[in-house]
Amino acid sequence: MSDIDTFVKQPAEWLRASGPESDVVVSSRLRLARNLKGYPFLSKLNAEQREEIVGRMGEIVPKGRIFERTYYFRYSGLTDLDRQFLLERHLVSREHAAAKEEKAVAITSNEVVSIMILEEDHLRLQSFQSGFNLMEAWRIANQIDSEIEKNIEFSFSEELGYFTACPTNVGTGLRASCMLHLPSLVLTKQVHKVLQALAKLNLAARGLYGEGTQATGNFFQFSNQMTLGQSEEEIIENLASVIRQVIEHEREARNYLREKRKPKFEDQIWRALGILKSARVIPSSEATQLLSLVQLGILMELLDSGLTKTDLNALFLLIQPAHLQKIMEKTLNAAERDICRADLIREHLAKISL
Amino acid sequence: MTCNLCGTQEATIHLTEIVDSQMIEIHLCENCAQEKGTDFKTHFNFTELLAGLPEAAGKSSKSQTEKKWTGQCAQCGMTYGEFSKSGRLGCENCYDAFSKMLLPLIKRIQRSIRHVGKRPLKSGGASSHNDLRLLQDRLRKSVQAEEFETAARLRDEIKQFEEKMKKGRKSKNE
Repeated sequence: MSDIDTFVKQPAEWLRASGPESDVVVSSRLRLARNLKGYPFLSKLNAEQREEIVGRMGEIVPKGRIFERTYYFRYSGLTDLDRQFLLERHLVSREHAAAKEEKAVAITSNEVVSIMILEEDHLRLQSFQSGFNLMEAWRIANQIDSEIEKNIEFSFSEELGYFTACPTNVGTGLRASCMLHLPSLVLTKQVHKVLQALAKLNLAARGLYGEGTQATGNFFQFSNQMTLGQSEEEIIENLASVIRQVIEHEREARNYLREKRKPKFEDQIWRALGILKSARVIPSSEATQLLSLVQLGILMELLDSGLTKTDLNALFLLIQPAHLQKIMEKTLNAAERDICRADLIREHLAKISL
Repeated sequence: MTCNLCGTQEATIHLTEIVDSQMIEIHLCENCAQEKGTDFKTHFNFTELLAGLPEAAGKSSKSQTEKKWTGQCAQCGMTYGEFSKSGRLGCENCYDAFSKMLLPLIKRIQRSIRHVGKRPLKSGGASSHNDLRLLQDRLRKSVQAEEFETAARLRDEIKQFEEKMKKGRKSKNE
């Protein structure tokens, strides 16, 4: 069994469904973009320099005091499935996972921290927290950044801060984001208003798997756009204050559904459960959408069952293509996955009766 | 006071919001407010409103000359044209080499060209500018909240801080 397979059995940190406001905010993530001094940015690196950076980071990471139990995976040692698996757990980005050239990723064994080596910037350090907890995520990322910095010099200027390959990240290099579960704002058709307003506040909303992805299963990632001219704490507080409002709106919408649209609302949730408990073939987009409704039913105590929101969160991840194949321990094509997925969901939902 | 939207009726609804740490007020008459749905408790409509106001609109005029400018980074060889296409710079020196075009661009997307956040330990650590700004920010808030004791304490802290920074700068220059 490879090191990566140890992750299959454990729930991802960001899906523990604990932490503040976890009825709406699934997880908080904070990433820092850093580049090593003395090297050009990614697009101008030659093969030799790439190898040097991957090698140097491989030496630095195990040295750090806080990296006590950390895996360092070189991409040359990983299969395509492994990379897809890490992507589904948000430990690497889509761009990073798609790479042909040598890259690496360092991951702490509790999956709270991952450091992508040779993403768009030389280093993309990210930390995860369950629930609404950006400040804690920043505290951890900041600590790790300082730890790495003891061994390596980052590209930095007093005026523009940390240099990044893309000027949209220059300065703090910080992207704070929260993944919100907003089924009621979607059901009451208010979510577009939220998204429009965010754009005007210079915040971004994206789908489950980051830039350019569709919002599926009523999950949205909210993040800051600006990285310069504000301190890390200010950036985080600005984002957090907006998210607090969105949380209130989602809760208001939940109350509205419960009080004003009860029969129709309950019908939608029970039908979702009905499909999940009887389907024999189900694609992941449909499953995610329906599980989102069942999750809402559990959160609002409409479904009386032994299932918790943590069980449900885990299921969102287990039904992803690479996770299914890791669980089944074999390669599955799309049609086979749809069957396995339906089986797995029925098994997990056995505790709820219709 | 007349309504900000129609400019004819008397404004009876007054909204205040903090956008980019600036306080912005909007005054509306009953009709316009109803039309814009501000009675429905949501702050999001407010920002939509804001974007519809004349002074907020027309801010985002893009510079026409940007694409024509040709420049090259001596260090990594990237041209400005290459950057315009990919949106990614080649090395840290590109920031300097393209500064003529890049700084206005950064100013537009970031609304600032001055870093105030974390600094590497090797550059002196922490962020003095940032601390000062935080103090000033807290001072403003405590004055607004009429917490004058806190405000007086913060004012003294800021004074000390500024003197310390002045001294630091002098000793560096010497």
